[in-house]
Amino acid sequence: MARIAGKKSRLTWAVHISVALLVVAWLFPTVGLFVSSFRTADQISGSGWWAALFPAEQNEVYRTGDPDDDRVAVGDMFEVKGNIFEGEPRNISSWGVSSRDVSAFAPGETADMGDGETLTLADDGAYVWRGTDDQISGRGQRIFVTALVPPKFSLENYRTILFSGTGQDNMAKAFFNTLTVTIPATIIPIVVAAFAAYALAWMEFPGRALLIAAIVGLLVVPLQLALIPLLRLHLAIGIGKGYMGVWLAHTAFGMPLAIYLLRNYMVGLPRDIIENAKVDGATDFQIFTRIIVPLSFPALASFAIFQFLWTWNDLLVAKVFLIDATGSTTVMTNQIVELLGTRGGNWEILATAAFVSIAVPLAVFFAMQRYLVRGLLAGSVK
Amino acid sequence: MASIDVQGVRKNYGDVEVLHGVDLTIRDGEFIVLVGPSGCGKSTLLRMIAGLEEVTGGDIHIAGKHVNHLAPKDRDIAMVFQSYALYPHMSVADNMSYSLRLRKTPKEKIASAVGAAAAKLGLDPLLERRPKALSGGQRQRVAMGRAIVRQPKAFLFDEPLSNLDARLREQMRAEIKKMHGDLGATSIYVTHDQIEAMTLADRIVAMHAGVVQQIGSPLDLYDRPANLFVAGFIGSPGMNFLEGTYHSGDGKADIRLSDGTAIPIRPREGLRDGYAATLGIRPEHVELKEDGSWQADVELVEPTGLGIILHLSIHGQSFKIFTADRAVLSPPPSLQVNFPEEHLHVFDEDGNRAD
Repeated sequence: MARIAGKKSRLTWAVHISVALLVVAWLFPTVGLFVSSFRTADQISGSGWWAALFPAEQNEVYRTGDPDDDRVAVGDMFEVKGNIFEGEPRNISSWGVSSRDVSAFAPGETADMGDGETLTLADDGAYVWRGTDDQISGRGQRIFVTALVPPKFSLENYRTILFSGTGQDNMAKAFFNTLTVTIPATIIPIVVAAFAAYALAWMEFPGRALLIAAIVGLLVVPLQLALIPLLRLHLAIGIGKGYMGVWLAHTAFGMPLAIYLLRNYMVGLPRDIIENAKVDGATDFQIFTRIIVPLSFPALASFAIFQFLWTWNDLLVAKVFLIDATGSTTVMTNQIVELLGTRGGNWEILATAAFVSIAVPLAVFFAMQRYLVRGLLAGSVK
Repeated sequence: MASIDVQGVRKNYGDVEVLHGVDLTIRDGEFIVLVGPSGCGKSTLLRMIAGLEEVTGGDIHIAGKHVNHLAPKDRDIAMVFQSYALYPHMSVADNMSYSLRLRKTPKEKIASAVGAAAAKLGLDPLLERRPKALSGGQRQRVAMGRAIVRQPKAFLFDEPLSNLDARLREQMRAEIKKMHGDLGATSIYVTHDQIEAMTLADRIVAMHAGVVQQIGSPLDLYDRPANLFVAGFIGSPGMNFLEGTYHSGDGKADIRLSDGTAIPIRPREGLRDGYAATLGIRPEHVELKEDGSWQADVELVEPTGLGIILHLSIHGQSFKIFTADRAVLSPPPSLQVNFPEEHLHVFDEDGNRAD
């Protein structure tokens, strides 16, 4: 026994590598979305999100002040002085005065532009442009600067998506629509399934085994099969398209797994405890509310997480049972699909929209993940 | 407090009958122990009295009330389980008060009942703890406390001490006996441990294969076992049996072993000449005497501290002697023994006692 249990498999390294690959495969796009959502459209097209965290070398073009306004006579020459950065200093690595050679000079050097015309650019961006009357005229001289730009992030995209955007860009309404779908669609099946699971686990009645078998059978029915008949039923009995319809649909589709999971958990609770409660004088309802529900909390929580994630990410059921022509009940998944059409090129908007839609599931997962693990293992090991 | 009356109770699981008509009358305040090997139906009987198993046939009355079809909660009984069955999500105080809270007892009454029970069982410092923070013995105490706060008509114990270690079991056994002395509550106690049965019971009900073998005081069962099963089950080390045939005549009688050896006994009624019979004698009643009439070969010596168990063989049949005489720690290869007539038990060919 000790040899079998204690010996490490020689394939441990394969497990570790697989886990690392899986983690990377999942994290890479998520982090990418997250970082992109804080960048502007120009930054996204200029460099990849992985470069956004570090200072980047950037070529920028500035112009000196307009000679007509700013030039000052110094002897028989004229000068224009100023600072190209105007209070926002950059770390200049090199600069130039011609687009053919943008990094001809180091900071502090003086460029000779022929016929006595010179331009000096200091570290801090201060410049002196000197020349004859003829030379210092017209438009300001162009200065090409290669500078190290610190990473820059903004919340502008979130402001657009959540608050200020117009029409399709604003997801705030869709966010609350999704919550309106998700919360009841999580609570209703849990409540119903918990009662059913208790009855199937601990109450004696004829046909119980058949009922359990039927529920297990329902687990394999794909929900796509039932979409159209169910919608016809909803329309026929007057529920129509709307929140009530989508709640009922989610409840129905989640019920077999909910009952199955909860029953299996409850049936593993010690019989003595339930019998003792019976002898103590509890009715079935009291046993359920005071003993079974508190003890089944890990299983309830783990199913709640599952159901929440499914309904939050659901597009199909919402499209069939909820979203009508007015579009006032659109959910986030649907709005993101529409954004893909209308703002397909605006990656910053799409990334932000995507991250808004996964933020809540992430928060739910991290808040309750210990129940998720415990609930899934529950019953398998005592 | 109440009497419990069990009349002709039977239990079937499908086609298998596990209890074959049990009759048992328990007086008010009596401590009854159901004892028997695993699978003899003792726990089933207890659970039927509690209402946790359906009654296939017969009648159960608690305090004169017919309870066959009453739910457990309406029978006003308390039960202590082998696994303690504490509610893991409630504190000790909540565990103990749960049944009272279900009955909507006033708060002050609950507090005083729980306080009294906790004081009696020494649970005061533990009242706010969860069961998982308690030791086995403390959990057992909480389970008992939960039963006594309610002052039910009867206490049912389902092997309550089986999960404790030997020392703690001894201690809790004494506490249960003391508690019964204080409360005088009607109690039914299921165990397979004959020491618990002997020490606790007012009357023992010995069961085997779904049939009651004998009902009587502990010493009754010990001194006058009704049949071979009870004789073999009660007592440790177990009773010695010598199988042979019964022969009588001229006011004398003997039992002849298979090798022809005849052991003289006084004639008994109910035994038929020439039929099989079994002779029984408890190990502690066999006399070691130099002029004893039977020779025994020593096979094994087991010192227990209190005394010594000698494993012998007499005419090819294995045999045990229990003695406090330390001289036999290193015995000769063979000994002489005597079977005092007043300690002999004789059973007929069906295994029933013959006097």
